[in-house]
This record gives sequence, C-alpha cells and structure tokens, in this order.
Amino acid sequence: MSLKKVISFVLLIAPFIANNISAQSIDQVMSRGEIHGNFQLDMQYYQEDSLIGATAVPEHTLMNGFANFIYTNGNFEAGFRYESYLNTMLGFPAKYKGNGIGYRYASFTNEEMKITVGNFYEQFGNGLIFRSYEERGLGYDNAMDGIRINYKLAEGLSVKGVIGKQRLYFESGEGIVRGIDGELMVNDVLGGTLKESKTKLTLGGSFVSKYQADQSSQYNLPENVGAYAGRFVLQRGKISLNGEYARKINDPSADNNFIYKEGEAFYAQTSYSSKGFGLTFSAKGVDNMSFRSDRNASLTDLQINYLPTLTRQHLYNLLATLYPYATQPNGEIAFQGELVYKFKKETFLGGKNGMSLLINYSTVYNIDSTALPASDTTYLGYTSNLFAIGEERYYDEINVELTKKFSPKLSGIFTYSNIMFNQAVVQGKTPQDHPDIYANVGVIDLTYKLNKKHAIRAEFQGLFTKQDHQDWATVLIEYSYAPHWFIAVMDQYNFGNLIEKERIHYYFASAGYLKGTNRIQIGYGRQREGIFCVGGVCRNVPAASGLTLSITSSF
Amino acid sequence: MLLILFFNKYLPMKKLALLSILTLTSFILFSQTEKRLIPSATLKNMEGANVNTSDFNNDGKPMIINFWATWCSPCKRELNNIAEVYGDWVKTTGVKLIAVSIDDARNAGKVAPYVNGKAWEYEVYIDSNQDFKRALNVNNVPHTFLVNGKGEIVWQHNSYLEGDEDELYEALKKLAAGEDL
Repeated sequence: MSLKKVISFVLLIAPFIANNISAQSIDQVMSRGEIHGNFQLDMQYYQEDSLIGATAVPEHTLMNGFANFIYTNGNFEAGFRYESYLNTMLGFPAKYKGNGIGYRYASFTNEEMKITVGNFYEQFGNGLIFRSYEERGLGYDNAMDGIRINYKLAEGLSVKGVIGKQRLYFESGEGIVRGIDGELMVNDVLGGTLKESKTKLTLGGSFVSKYQADQSSQYNLPENVGAYAGRFVLQRGKISLNGEYARKINDPSADNNFIYKEGEAFYAQTSYSSKGFGLTFSAKGVDNMSFRSDRNASLTDLQINYLPTLTRQHLYNLLATLYPYATQPNGEIAFQGELVYKFKKETFLGGKNGMSLLINYSTVYNIDSTALPASDTTYLGYTSNLFAIGEERYYDEINVELTKKFSPKLSGIFTYSNIMFNQAVVQGKTPQDHPDIYANVGVIDLTYKLNKKHAIRAEFQGLFTKQDHQDWATVLIEYSYAPHWFIAVMDQYNFGNLIEKERIHYYFASAGYLKGTNRIQIGYGRQREGIFCVGGVCRNVPAASGLTLSITSSF
Repeated sequence: MLLILFFNKYLPMKKLALLSILTLTSFILFSQTEKRLIPSATLKNMEGANVNTSDFNNDGKPMIINFWATWCSPCKRELNNIAEVYGDWVKTTGVKLIAVSIDDARNAGKVAPYVNGKAWEYEVYIDSNQDFKRALNVNNVPHTFLVNGKGEIVWQHNSYLEGDEDELYEALKKLAAGEDL
C-alpha cells in the first residue's frame, strides 16, 4: 500500500479521536486508551557454498521485518502493520519488495455489532469456502481489504458479513469477494430446558461469491462465481460429531485447466474422549475446489478458501521437511484416525512416572473419476463421485509416538513412522523417474535435566528409504539454561546417498537469549534446499548458507 | 491534536500524518499507567460454543493464559511439564491455567481428544482464526501470560526452555501473596 493511502487513513481516524477529546477532557479519554504491538526481524548474511548449491547475493545480506501496532480505547480499535523487505530473503515470495503498510484497520463494537473497515482476517466454518489468513513466517497473507460486520442477532445466533479485495503482496487482487455466514446454537435459541441439556447442537451456513470481469476472447467465463456450505456440530458429553459440506458453481481457472465442472468438498469428524483416553476419526473429500479471487493466480496467491490437510502434522525436522503432504485441491479423498492414551502411574506399562501413547494413521487417495472424451462439448473435463475412492494412492502413514518419563531427570519421546509418499502427484514431478517413496523413520528425543535450570536435549533421527535421496540422519543437541539462554548444534547428513559426493552434511549452530517477550537468536550453517513448513503451510526454499539473525519482541 | 488539525493547510501531508501519529502516541504512552486487561476476542470452547475472552475469570485468583498448538513440540513439553505440578499450583495459589490452542481446521478436532488423552486439567479453548493471538500481540507459540485477580496482565514470557515453569511458579507465588512482580 502506498504512503498516500496510509496518510488518508490516519487523517480519517484523527478527527474521530479529536472530536472525542473536544467533548470530554483529554485525560479522561486518553487514560482509557492503550497501545500494544509486536515486532519481528529476520536477517541473513549469505555466502556461496557450491556443494549444496547455495549462492551469495549481491546485497550480501537480506532482511524481512515487520511490526504491528494496535490502539484500543473502549470500544474503538485501530491498528497497522509496517512491513519491510530489504531485500526479500531467499525462499520468500520475491514480490514482497521494499517497505510498506501491509495491513491497517479500524473497528468499533457496540452491544450487538462489530464493524471493521480496512484489513481483516476471518473464516467461515472450517474454511472450505472462505478463510483469509496470515502466516508471516512464510509470507503467506491473503488478508481482506474492505468491510466486515459481525452481528449478534440474539443469544446463540450470530451473522458475519464480509466484502473486500484480497491482499496480493503490496497490492490487492482484482477480484471482489463477498460472503455471509450464520451460526445458530440451537440450545441457546430454543432455550428452556434445552439450555441445560447435555446434548448441544450448532448449525451454520455460509455463502461466498467472487466477481472478476471476463476478459477472455477464447472462453465465455462466469464473472460471478458462488459457493455455499452448510455445517453442524453435535456434542453429547464425551462424544462429538461435526461435518461440513461445500459446493461451488462452475469456476474455470488456471488451476482446473478452465473446465466448467462444479466443485464439491466435505469434511467430517467424530471423537470420543475421557480422562486419559482420546479417539478421533476424520474423513475429507475434495473435488475441483480450488477457489481464488483471480482465475489466473497460482501458488498461494489470492486463495479464498482453505482445504485442510488430513495427515499428521509433523514435529521433527526429517519428517516435516522431506515428505510433507499437501491437499490436492483438484481431487482427493482422505481418512485419518488418532488415538491418545495415558498409562496410569504405578501400572506395569505406566511405571513410576507414567507413559503416554499416540497412534495416528492417515491415508489419501484420488477420487474415482473418468475423463470426458476429446469430442465432448460440455467442457466439464471429467465425471466423478466425491465419495468414491480412486485407485491411486497419494499418501499413507502410520505414526506411533511414546512419551515416557524415566525419572524426574530423564524423559523421552520415541517416534516411529512408516510413510508412503506419491512425489509425482504431490510435488508435480514426472511419474516415470519419480516413483512412490516408501520410508521408515525413527526419532529418539531425550531430555535430561541436570538441575532446576540446566538441561540437555538430544534428538536422533533416522530416515530410511530406497527411493529419492535414500537414507538420512539428523542429530541435534541443545543445551538450555532457563530462563534466558540456549545453544544448539545440529547436523543433517544424507549418509545413504548412492552418489558419494552428494553425501552432504548440513550443519547448523545457533544460540539464543530470551527475556520476557524478547527473543534474540543467531545461527550459522547450511540450510538444505527443500520444504519449509510453519503451522501447516509449506513453501519450497532454496539451499542457503551463512549467518542468520532473528529478533522478536512485543509490548 | 486539535491544533494539528487547525494547522492542517500549512503542513504538507506527510509531515501532518507523522505529527498526528506522534502526538497521539505520546498522549497514549504518557497516559498508559494502568496494567493491561485481557483484550476481547471470541474463542470456541471444547463444546464448540463461542466464549468471549473478556469474560475469563477465576473469582479474583490468578490465571495463566498459555498459547499452544498440537504441532508445537516445546508447547506440549511445557504443558505436559506443568500438568505434573499443576495440582500443587492450584492448591497453593488457586491458579487456573487457560490453554489457548491456535490449531486451525486441520487439527482443531484433535485438540479435545489430545487434552483428555493427556489428562490435562486445564481450561482449553481454540483460537482458529488467531484473533486472540493477534489481540495479545503474540509472535510465536508458546507464549505465556500471568494475569492477576483483577484480570490485569502482570507478566509474560515467550518460548519455552526446560525449567521455565519454575520461574513462572515463582512469579505466581509472589502474585498470590500480593507482592509486586
């Protein structure tokens, strides 16, 4: 956003505050006001490292930084985020360049309504048809810029309405996104004895539409594309059941090769849990559900919806970065089950200090579909059944995690995972020379407390596969001195690579100082080319070598 | 503030904007003497109902607000370590720990089974849209706040190192004894 826009925004809110002041005494109004913020800076000095394919950069160093400031005064709130990319770090979308205000808003709340103008993040239900969201660590940000109204119509009945354009780096996408969502807590609305009932039901429904002019001479493209979804949550004591179904009308785009087929998705989940025991099952189907406010956009640009991935989100480096699965928006069907169990203390397996077990199984297939013949004139592309499992497997994993405390000083987490990863589909590689990857992974994570403040943590990871780059190992040792200091060294080693000169060590050393909300961390070493994930969103990053600095703070 | 607006036409746009921000900020900073209250945001409880964070209370006793996620290793280590001593903390200080998960639709359904599976005694909420996280200016998880009986934030800490819970407990005991932190 340009400085001009920021100025006009500041001028817009200034009279509001000034007016308040003239009416009451300055002290009175201002003493209710609060300002808070947070800050993050990441900087790297790059050096050439031909062995891993890392290059130096002409600027020597690259930097990403931002700060949020939020002012609140009673029912009024306004804020902005200053962002700085001088220049954008490698692996981040290069379209972030220079300085700017990436986000600014003002809002007020009265008894029933909250009005927000400017930028906002919002989601409807699970996000199947609408979620505007940020993941700063990856440069992912599709904030809306427009108007939002949250209206509480009655106890247990609320409505949200949004209209705006989506953020595209320092600009907005050309499409307009409009949406409305209603949520009804049946027990609260019907009242009476139902309010105290153990069985609780929530219903929700939403409608989203995008507008983008048709500038194609080749196709007759729909300018307005609508999507709708319905959902429920049913809860009775320890049992919970929820589901959402979404449908989108024809939406030819670069993602689906400009076919006119409608899109569909469902997401269902059931769980049972009591003290020391938790069980979840989920299922999800997606068919032609990529939804963007610009039909030509790609990567993570201008996404309107969110299609959650139904596989375990990994915690350890090798599992999380070598073969992470990502939802295939054009079509997939997925199932997941997870069991969490705690063995009681003083039992055979629980031992003196207890033990807990987590088992997760997930599997993903294509949906059963048949391509239409070349002579077809409907331009629907293919026929399919969202609920029918196809023959091609995309991902499969069984993951077992044991957490055990051996003594007050020594504890460990032991993980075993067996995965199957279809790299041709998930990473868009040619199937002929990229076979499915089968890997066995083991992780031992031990923490030893030397005393109240000093501790050593060590991670030993091994990944064994006959495909791709074969076997890997990671060793990490971390020494911490609570509450302020830590140092860590890590080596990731591709020891099993068939090509001897590619058996590379990726070493990395880091140290950090923490106090209150301040965190300063420096690091030096190599980062492997690969997939970097934060909070379930992933991005490909190039190999890099050099010195890093990271600072976060808030007040 | 009014003066600036009055001189509006004599100042170039950029300088005017800068001045009004500076004046506004100095007003706020000089007048901001009271401690921060828990800001308002809407979260989901474990039954799927909406709960406003400004309604958080513990009958005048202290509260801990901890941001975590099912995919965050240090977060789970912290909450598992606190879980072992939580009974004692409650007995000595009357504290209540509120664990706010920032898991989105991918993992939100697994939060309750995980919390119960680990037998945590915390009050747990889900901040799927990260509204509460933004309102409290949290950069990364884990992030822990200590709140006094009046709902004011008196202490906070980012990240988790083994043994950090002892520092938190020291602060908590002081707070419960009515001492300044």
